[in-house]
Amino acid sequence: MTTPASSLLASDAVLAVRDLRVSFPSEAGLVQAVRGIDFSLRRGETLALVGESGSGKSVTATSVLGLLPEGAQVSGSVRLEGRELLHLSDGEMSKIRGKEMGMVFQDPLSALTPVFSIGTQLVEALQVHQDLNDKAARARALELLDLVGIPDPKRRIDAFPHEFSGGMRQRAVIAMAIANDPKVIIADEPTTALDVTIQAQVLEVLKKAQEVTGAAILMITHDLGVVAGMADRVQVMYAGRPVESGLADDVFYTPHMPYTIGLLSAVPRMDEGGEKKALTPLEGNPPSMVSLPQGCPFAARCPIAVDVCREVEPELKASADGLLSACHRSTEIGDSVPREEMFPTPDVPAHDRSPRESRPAVLKVDGLIKHFPLMKGSVFKRRVGTVRAVDGLDFDIREGETFALVGESGCGKTTTLLQILELPKAQAGSVVVLGKETKSLNGKGRRELRRDMQVVFQDPMASLDSRMPIGDILAEPMKTHGWSKDRIAARVPELLSLVGLLPEHAERYPTEFSGGQRQRIGIARALALDPKLIVLDEPVSALDVSIQAGVINLLDELKVKLGLSYLFVAHDLSVIRHIADRVAVMYLGRIVELGDADSVFGQPSHPYTQALLSAVPLPDPRKERERRRILLTGDLPSPADVPSGCRFRTRCPKIGGLSAADAERCHTEDPAVQALGADHTAACHYAAALEVV
Amino acid sequence: MGRGMGRFLLRRAVNYVILVFIAASFTYFLASSYLEPIVNFLSKHPQPPLSSIHNILRSRNLDPNTPLVQRYWTWITNILFHGNFGQTFDGNSVNSEMGRRIFVSTELLLVATLVSTVSGVAWGAWNALRQYRPSDRISTVVSYLLLATPTPVIAISLETVDQWMGVPVQYTGMYDPGAQGTWSVITSNMQHLILPTITLFLIQATLFSRYQRGTMLDVLGSDFLRTARAKGLTRRQAVLKHGLRTAVIPVMPLLVYNIVLLFTGATFTEKIFGWHGMGEWLVDSITQNDVNAVGAIAVFTAVLVLIAGLLSDLVYAALDPRVRS
Repeated sequence: MTTPASSLLASDAVLAVRDLRVSFPSEAGLVQAVRGIDFSLRRGETLALVGESGSGKSVTATSVLGLLPEGAQVSGSVRLEGRELLHLSDGEMSKIRGKEMGMVFQDPLSALTPVFSIGTQLVEALQVHQDLNDKAARARALELLDLVGIPDPKRRIDAFPHEFSGGMRQRAVIAMAIANDPKVIIADEPTTALDVTIQAQVLEVLKKAQEVTGAAILMITHDLGVVAGMADRVQVMYAGRPVESGLADDVFYTPHMPYTIGLLSAVPRMDEGGEKKALTPLEGNPPSMVSLPQGCPFAARCPIAVDVCREVEPELKASADGLLSACHRSTEIGDSVPREEMFPTPDVPAHDRSPRESRPAVLKVDGLIKHFPLMKGSVFKRRVGTVRAVDGLDFDIREGETFALVGESGCGKTTTLLQILELPKAQAGSVVVLGKETKSLNGKGRRELRRDMQVVFQDPMASLDSRMPIGDILAEPMKTHGWSKDRIAARVPELLSLVGLLPEHAERYPTEFSGGQRQRIGIARALALDPKLIVLDEPVSALDVSIQAGVINLLDELKVKLGLSYLFVAHDLSVIRHIADRVAVMYLGRIVELGDADSVFGQPSHPYTQALLSAVPLPDPRKERERRRILLTGDLPSPADVPSGCRFRTRCPKIGGLSAADAERCHTEDPAVQALGADHTAACHYAAALEVV
Repeated sequence: MGRGMGRFLLRRAVNYVILVFIAASFTYFLASSYLEPIVNFLSKHPQPPLSSIHNILRSRNLDPNTPLVQRYWTWITNILFHGNFGQTFDGNSVNSEMGRRIFVSTELLLVATLVSTVSGVAWGAWNALRQYRPSDRISTVVSYLLLATPTPVIAISLETVDQWMGVPVQYTGMYDPGAQGTWSVITSNMQHLILPTITLFLIQATLFSRYQRGTMLDVLGSDFLRTARAKGLTRRQAVLKHGLRTAVIPVMPLLVYNIVLLFTGATFTEKIFGWHGMGEWLVDSITQNDVNAVGAIAVFTAVLVLIAGLLSDLVYAALDPRVRS
């Protein structure tokens, strides 16, 4: 690399990576996980490595820390303040890890040793590198826990990891990472496993940790929203190589590499409502890292690929707008080749629906309650309390609409879904599916109703039996409901083409398909019996952005084509903004705000909705800089211990601004649902619209 | 731990006591119905008169003419109120025989157990760290070979090696009957202990190491080990402090149950090396139609299960904070 940009950066870089290559032997052959990556990291700077799964970003982080598994072959150079780190022994590296470089991992639930207390693990991090006695180390550990925002650290320091929530554990991991004032913090998908509200908190903590230590952050993520809010510079990875690199604004606004452009246009945007538009999918899959095709690895998915792209792999070189791009046509992009419409956006299917009031309800839920007894003791169980998982839910879904349930994990979304799918006999409240009260159904009626209500699960890997060919998987629901062989044989190819697969795929097994294709199979199975209502439980959350767009478009298309209604649960609010007609925001077993998507996203009126929406990062650096987040304090209270009065009051950002008399009402009176518009309600005493997106 | 744990253990203990009672009673009924101590007397030469046989049997609560329920009542009340397990068929006290044999088994098992626990865990962990290397592959082959070999074959093979090597390793009995004086009895006893200990060690350590290897492999790929290394621990430190500590937990119940139940389970080893312990007695008492001895062993084994259960709960709770709350 001799481009002016990189030599400028290299001069005062804390961490400089040059031509890093990593490969692993595997049964299929040598996996070339990283194929030459260069970057420099300056003090106090944040660099984001962005890419989809398998792009080599995590391997890069692990090799910088020298934590690659044995058998990995590494070449190139990793220099920390000029000192070469590659090929240092484990003993030498251990003096650098945790001292000069701290690491924050993706899954806080498994990142801490379960058998040692938080304090023990934090003290260990300190004493490995510093000559501190137990008392001094403990005092410093308390300081660190306080710094990362763990409330009442004196009491919490001796708690074990399982007694901490996910967000709290991630804070503890950050405390360990910054314990010895590192020069570099490597954060590998630090908030991917967390709820948006907790994600916002943890990102704040990370920023604060950076301010305090002056460390450079190497942030590894697939979430373009997080990148927009955190990164000074961005490097986009594809098939083990950087394909575009530069300042965050330049990468987001003037990308010169089709993959970056495709990735950005495939993301559903929470800040774009109104006119319904299809998403722009990035068709195809990344190439196998064992046998890479000749030429540019992105050529097969690239709409502007020319002959040279299929022969020569482009170098990462200065393109325009201060960017480094790996594309033969980078200089044409934004000039003779426009970025808009580079990737074809499918037409949005015609959407002529009669007004909501005149359409029949496919699902009507009234006062649904699901309480679980809280048991203690392992031999003789006794009831010590009640978990109010679902605590009085009212909503209805009309024909042809998508109804979304949103909220943090633990708010009761999944319990609601399970209750509806189970068609329970005994329950408080009523569930009416297609005009039939589920409580009064007999076995036969129940069975018939199940045919009209199908489900698509979150994990496309786990929800398909890997030993059954696709044809059998699709035939199973029809067999169960007594369809004839001929009818099934005719239906299977029809289903496959409906979800964009080929009829001959029926012979193959699930392992032969990618995640996106498997989710399409899951959708085809749900469609087999011509249902009226489909319950979708996080259907796209396991998929990469580029694949997700195609699946979302498919769902939208099927809805119009087949007249389906969806009950959609997802934690990604941008996806919901895109797909939902109506939205219900759940908090601790109740719906706190409900209405048509434009009202709820455009004029959120419950303080919880406002906080939730403001926590969602937008893939737009300028907007991110201007936005002010409403940070919620703490975690979701336990549904076994619901606060008095308004259940949101313990975390409400609004209650502090109220007069004592007004706030008293929140403490004592459970707010009733009040209408705010034609199709918009909120359960807050002081509901008032606020624009947060 | 604290009060909750204490109450939990107390409740467990009550459950176990009931189980011990039921298990022992069933065994007694089974033994009394199928074992016929009278045969031992009928097959004597010259055969004693039938009336005196019944008299002897009656005095030992073994007479088939007494109703089974009555015999059971005598047996159970003697145990419950006098701590007396009755007499063996040939008139010795079951209590004193059992006491002697528990001592013998304890001596035999103590060293073997300690050594095989420590080395089994260490061996398994070491193999896990060197997965698929030649040492691990060889260990795997050797382990399965040992696990597939019946105990008598191992024991007799060791005896052969000893015959070939000669003193100081001795193979039959607890000590040389010709040994004079405390010191030489102890020395002789130790020499006789070597081969059975090796036999038990080979079987136990191999079994433990396989389990330990498995749990260790699960832990080696875990995120928290990576965190420990990211903090600045070397691979070795991280594995020893964070990895092994976590990986021994699931092995503990297996270890505890195996060790405790070996008291009546080391049958072949005791038989072959001529150590008159509980395991030997278990087989002998059945072949000798010794109903009261079988009953006593049943009570003893049930109590062992009880102890093993409580012990493994305690060890688990001590090692794993997650089950304490």
